[in-house]
Amino acid sequence: MIATRRITAAVALLTAAFVLVAAAGQDEQPQEQTNPIREFLDRHEIEYHGFYEARVGARLLDDPYQSKDLTIGEGRYQFDLFSMRDWGDVKVKGDVYGDFVTEEAEFDLREANVFMRPTDSMDLKFGRQVLTWGTGDLIFINDVFPKDWVSFFIGRDTEYLKAPSDAVKVSLFSDTVNLDVVYTPEFDSDRYITGERLSFWHPRLMRRAGEDDELDISRRREFFEEDETAIRLYRNISSYELALYGYWGYWKSPAGFNPALTRAIFPELYVYGASIRGTLGKGIANAEAGYYDSVDDRSGDDPLVNNSEMRYLVGYTQEIARDFTAGVQYYVEQMLDYGDYEGSLFPGSKSRDEFRHLTSLRLTKLLMNQNLMLSLFTYYSPTDEDAYLRPMVNYKASDRLMYEVGANLFFGDERHTFFNQFHYDTNVYAGVRYSF
Amino acid sequence: MFHKISILGLTVSLGLPLMGSAARAAETPDVQTIVNQANRAAYYQGDDGKAAVKMIITDKQGNTREREFNILRKDVQDGGDQNYFVYFQRPADVRRMVYLVRKHAGVDKDDDRWLYMPALDLIKRIAAGDKRTSFVGSDFLYEDVSGRSLELDTHELVETTDQYYVVKNTPKKPELVEFAYYNVHIDRKTFMPMKMEYFDKSSGKLFRTIESQKVEEIEGFPTVTRSVVTDLRTGGKTEMQFNDVDYNIGIGDIFEERYLRRPPREAMR
Repeated sequence: MIATRRITAAVALLTAAFVLVAAAGQDEQPQEQTNPIREFLDRHEIEYHGFYEARVGARLLDDPYQSKDLTIGEGRYQFDLFSMRDWGDVKVKGDVYGDFVTEEAEFDLREANVFMRPTDSMDLKFGRQVLTWGTGDLIFINDVFPKDWVSFFIGRDTEYLKAPSDAVKVSLFSDTVNLDVVYTPEFDSDRYITGERLSFWHPRLMRRAGEDDELDISRRREFFEEDETAIRLYRNISSYELALYGYWGYWKSPAGFNPALTRAIFPELYVYGASIRGTLGKGIANAEAGYYDSVDDRSGDDPLVNNSEMRYLVGYTQEIARDFTAGVQYYVEQMLDYGDYEGSLFPGSKSRDEFRHLTSLRLTKLLMNQNLMLSLFTYYSPTDEDAYLRPMVNYKASDRLMYEVGANLFFGDERHTFFNQFHYDTNVYAGVRYSF
Repeated sequence: MFHKISILGLTVSLGLPLMGSAARAAETPDVQTIVNQANRAAYYQGDDGKAAVKMIITDKQGNTREREFNILRKDVQDGGDQNYFVYFQRPADVRRMVYLVRKHAGVDKDDDRWLYMPALDLIKRIAAGDKRTSFVGSDFLYEDVSGRSLELDTHELVETTDQYYVVKNTPKKPELVEFAYYNVHIDRKTFMPMKMEYFDKSSGKLFRTIESQKVEEIEGFPTVTRSVVTDLRTGGKTEMQFNDVDYNIGIGDIFEERYLRRPPREAMR
């Protein structure tokens, strides 16, 4: 009953939004006079854009741990307001969507920030913002900003892989080196897999689990106490981009377990790393490494907290034919103090390998005046013997209308490995988006 | 010194110097002088320049798509390397994307290219590609935009009319391009390329033209403000219009990561 009312509310809200959007979208007509909202925004020099989108996807396999076959079902309206003032820029971007999987109407504030350029050598951005750095393609080492793995696995637009941070970013520039400092006063975790909507390997139950066994999480919500600081020092030498990174915060997805609370936790984590990117032959090469210092288990003998790790990545991208690009990456995750980890494991636990090797291959082909894109991103791990394929077809029918179909396919031999734990979440999806 | 010629240079590029005295000379200059002059005139005018560009792409069925972007250009060296900053405004799905090109004039060094995607706050490095690939889905090719080296072709002055020098350009490595040769009509007074005609490899027929349809004098520089490319094989055409053209505006050092993530205001208006 409540659920039905929620759906009705969501549909009503989205319908209203769509009418608004459609009206606002027809800017071939002189609609400024007839649309009071746009008239108001124009008068105050506020740019208004966004899109309306419908997206539906379903599981390909019977999942014993989920009651719904639907992995994604949503009508979404995004508004994007931007205004340049004398003293700085203001940006507010948010999504309103009706989610037919959780049966809720949702509001996701994607960005709400102020940007200022107070001096020639300083930029400031504070508020809710999306943050990205590092050189990997869908593999992250020194980019320790929050990711939304749920959105990634169910086929939302790639934009949603990055979850926003509530942070202050200070950028300092000089002729020799540039510095970014990002301070997040309250820890922003990933939007990780909990068992709701997507099934996963439950580390404590030691089996796959879903909506009936959602992960209990002990969150970190102490403002200014449980905070995060990330820095990047970078410069270009010729056409090579060099960077050093540091991060002082917490594992972004649950990486430990507190037996007293019987909850998964976000143990403390420091990361130190470096990267380089530049041209090599006909393509672009990148290399990146990071040391993950798991502060709460430095000796490696606590079975309830992740060990420290070294992470390494090399990548290469090249256009191999006209409008056809290929990118390959090789990534290694090395668990440190492996002997201590093995010695501390509970009997019967699934042990991780000391080295996890992961390769990725991206193929992108553009056709029909670049309006049709065929894309395949593949992760394959020779050590986990599992794979994750992301095929996608995207067609821009006009400057406003875009269609997309794709799939998220998880394969593997063992139930607990990084990608194959999501085997039952294997899904296909389709979407249509009207942008304005 | 090595030069490139480009449509963007010729049209957008905000740089059409009048090497007037040479043009007014009664005697016909040799072909190398003409193409150098046209190249330099088209590409390296002033120290910098900007324009608001609108592209209208029309396919065989008459469906149209539009692109709007602001482009800022600054020469690193006159006649040498150049930087381009392209800020997209339309269509909505590419709005606020920034495309940065550091063009290297040397034939042995590829351009450096970056694309900034604001929704992800992602700076993507783009691999150098086949330069005879469509630019943003239009009938203009990347090479029309970022430049075709004069050294890639042999040049021959085939005709001198009252108005034009007609130069035939034949590729030294025909296997790398889709045309047998192309003719350029260069205005004798301004050295502005007014028309380019591409001829097919097998049939020898004309299959592609680029025309400078409207030329205005802006701040003393003749400037192409409307250019049209027609592809006779696909039936498609693309019109490029240039507005708010301005030269020698004192563009600073904006061709770096800081300004990809947040463009200078003159690029966003």
